[in-house]
Amino acid sequence: MTIALSRRAFVRAGLTAAGGLAVAALVPGFAAAAIASGEPWGSDAAFGPEVGPFVVVGPDNSITLRIAKAEMGQGVLTALAMILAEELMCDASKVRVEYASAHRNLVDGNVYQSMGTGGSSSVRRSRVFLQQAGASARERLIAAAAAQWGAAAEACVASGGVVRHEASGRAATYGELAGAAARITLPTEPAIKTPDRFALIGSPLKRFDTPLKATGAARFGIDVKLPGMAYAAVANCPVFGGRLRSCDASKVTARRGVLAVLPVTNGVAVAADNFWRAKEALAALPIDWDFGPAASTDSAQFRAEYRAALDGPLADGGGHGDIAAALASPGKRVEALYEVPYLAHAPMEPLNATAHWTADRIDVWMGTQFPEQAIQLAAQAGGVDPAKVTVHNCYLGGGFGRRAVNDELTQAVEISKALGRPAKVVWTREEDIRSDRYRPQAALRMRAALNGDGAPAGFEFTTAVGSITRSLGWGKVENGVERQAVEGLANCPYRAGALKVLVNLRNTHVPVMFWRSVGSSQNAFALESFIDEVAHAAGRDPVEYRRALLADRPDFLAVLDALAERSGWGKPLPKDVGRGIAIHESFGTIVGEVAEVSVRSGEVKVERVVACVDCGHLVNPLTAAMQIESAVLYGLTAALFGEITIRDGRVEQGNFDSYPIARMADAPRIETHFVLSGGDKWGGLGEPGTPPIAPAIANAIFALTGKRIRALPLKNAALGA
Amino acid sequence: MAAFIVNGRRTTLDVEADMPLLWALRDELALVGTKFGCGAGLCGACTVVIDGEAVRSCQTPVGAVEGKTVLTIEGLGESGLHAVQKAWIEADAPQCGYCQSGQIMAAFALLAGNPNPTDADIDDGMTNICRCGTYPRMRAAIHRAAALIKT
Ligand code: FES
Ligand code: FES
Repeated sequence: MTIALSRRAFVRAGLTAAGGLAVAALVPGFAAAAIASGEPWGSDAAFGPEVGPFVVVGPDNSITLRIAKAEMGQGVLTALAMILAEELMCDASKVRVEYASAHRNLVDGNVYQSMGTGGSSSVRRSRVFLQQAGASARERLIAAAAAQWGAAAEACVASGGVVRHEASGRAATYGELAGAAARITLPTEPAIKTPDRFALIGSPLKRFDTPLKATGAARFGIDVKLPGMAYAAVANCPVFGGRLRSCDASKVTARRGVLAVLPVTNGVAVAADNFWRAKEALAALPIDWDFGPAASTDSAQFRAEYRAALDGPLADGGGHGDIAAALASPGKRVEALYEVPYLAHAPMEPLNATAHWTADRIDVWMGTQFPEQAIQLAAQAGGVDPAKVTVHNCYLGGGFGRRAVNDELTQAVEISKALGRPAKVVWTREEDIRSDRYRPQAALRMRAALNGDGAPAGFEFTTAVGSITRSLGWGKVENGVERQAVEGLANCPYRAGALKVLVNLRNTHVPVMFWRSVGSSQNAFALESFIDEVAHAAGRDPVEYRRALLADRPDFLAVLDALAERSGWGKPLPKDVGRGIAIHESFGTIVGEVAEVSVRSGEVKVERVVACVDCGHLVNPLTAAMQIESAVLYGLTAALFGEITIRDGRVEQGNFDSYPIARMADAPRIETHFVLSGGDKWGGLGEPGTPPIAPAIANAIFALTGKRIRALPLKNAALGA
Repeated sequence: MAAFIVNGRRTTLDVEADMPLLWALRDELALVGTKFGCGAGLCGACTVVIDGEAVRSCQTPVGAVEGKTVLTIEGLGESGLHAVQKAWIEADAPQCGYCQSGQIMAAFALLAGNPNPTDADIDDGMTNICRCGTYPRMRAAIHRAAALIKT
């Protein structure tokens, strides 16, 4: 059977299945009738005049704002729409949002700039040009009105989706003007609003996607269903770098619903007419793997290797002053070794992708953080020109970095091509955890030489860690150092006579990648635990000591002081509760956190977290606070439980029993306060809340028990009964 | 062959009796609001309500549902948003949203059995995983839903 598949046909199918496409928000304010579709991918078809690539105005005055970033829970659809609407002065109740097309970006000169979503960069890197796009659209609508009325543009005012000429009392809606506005080129681009003139940016706004997510109407990649689609389950080679030798398909092809057994990149797939049938058949499939050269490695060996790697060869990761002299000085020395394991991302939605391959076109439905890269992957796997690939991005059931590289997509295209019909690949949770690209394992040796007064004469930080650049094959490592390895260390904010960062990039066969907050996830744990150790060695209070070392960083000091006050630093606590602090800058944002932690019968419970945040400015305070809460819990899970270990070359964990995630009962009270410095600073928010939580918890445990946690996760620490 | 009621509709399915209800709902009935998270009874993304009880549908074979009444997220709000959904929206609970159908169904069943849950009851009753860490807001939403149901 061949299927003529248009996007429209799929939308019809989606309609029957979903019982409605769009759910209007039912909450007051701008979002009162702003709409996000359950199926957020943008349209290929023209459905109204475009006033620039981000703004489409319908004849009914509807405004479609195109969002060139992926919604994975961080509220980007709402925040970026706010930025556009701030300048556009449209009727907010007529706004709908959809994803911009990555295909369009490819064939139309990068009109959406980078569509990758990561590095806490969506607002930081898009705000200016989105404001510009909104302002430009507004001025073109005004120019169209002015031309129509023979009036001066300066005499016309736009607001609420209407352009008015006060002197003559004339008015026209954006819908009426859009056709003419679309043809207008402005002689000069208008200036964008400065923050003191923001009306929308900076005020809390309900997210557009919430009603969809409270009703089950938001479509994730895994929910996609195409006519004639095959469902595929995949076994990836259990040892990275191994390969499929053979499998005995005859054992499973007669099972109900099974369509085919196919080799795919990294493994083998079973396709069937229902995912469960595919998965069960795959489990029954005898597979012969060639595990390759890494099949005898394990975590104990890696741990020893990373420790040994601290002795060299070491590359220069930056610093200042004369560290050798500082370390040779007569004062007190503090030295400690910190270790962190590999971590899986484990987004709630297991990886999946749906592809429909034809000889001259590929359509992809999935949740991806990097649609441009997804286009390239699909094109390569399907042997089709990248310009003939369309990625229909869906809501992402969590990303955290994992969905930046879409290994599952390659497999979906291979299967669709082999079967000649649309195919959906779903990785089971076990595949998702065992075939991840992980937060690197690392060992860090931290050294401080103190002057007589306890102030640091020098810091030397040495890290042995996997290279993300090498693992992904994205670019080259220059001089043995990559930014991810030293972020948070090389820019250590604490004043010291000398600072030296040394690096040994060392990869095992385990692939590594970006994991929420990347290098800061391990470097903040080491640095902020170590500063705590140094403060104690100097006989000083951890807040007071940090304050002294941050004297020339007023931005840090503002956050630290707010945090000390809000958390009640120094106030008495119940006897089985300890308090710890950490502060760290990442992705342009400073976050300080105080954790109150109890240890009862050896059980660690984080009771309360106070976070103070300086990201400069806020677009949506509501989603900003949600991101801090989310980042705290993501880091808390890692601190308490997170650990991927290797045995016989393979990942030992496979599901949420062996890779536990914090649940309701583990969740602390979280209080978030924004301490905004304004100015030119627009910091990120998706990640910076994660780095401080592990050291804040570890420092609290030290305050309570006197035990210093130097290796994560905490579940491996013996904290007594 | 299995016959049961889904969201008020009589449904007959010609599938293996041991097919988990999760996959029957998603792949056979196109009710994809119910999610796959672990397939092992560990995360609750697949939670539906069967005869009033919150159940992990990935661990419930279709054969065991014979003659029973299944409520999914699609059915919960069919005739207007349920109080739990309204509270969820008011409290801004969802982030990525993937776990939320299961969370809402679990909260619905919790409140049906305990109209006035304490924080400790919520800790005990809400055991589904949310990787985005929406727990503080879901807790607030459950208290709010309890209040909404009473009025
Ligand atoms: S999918 Fe059923 S409990 Fe996780
Ligand atoms: S909202 Fe993302 S997993 Fe719960």
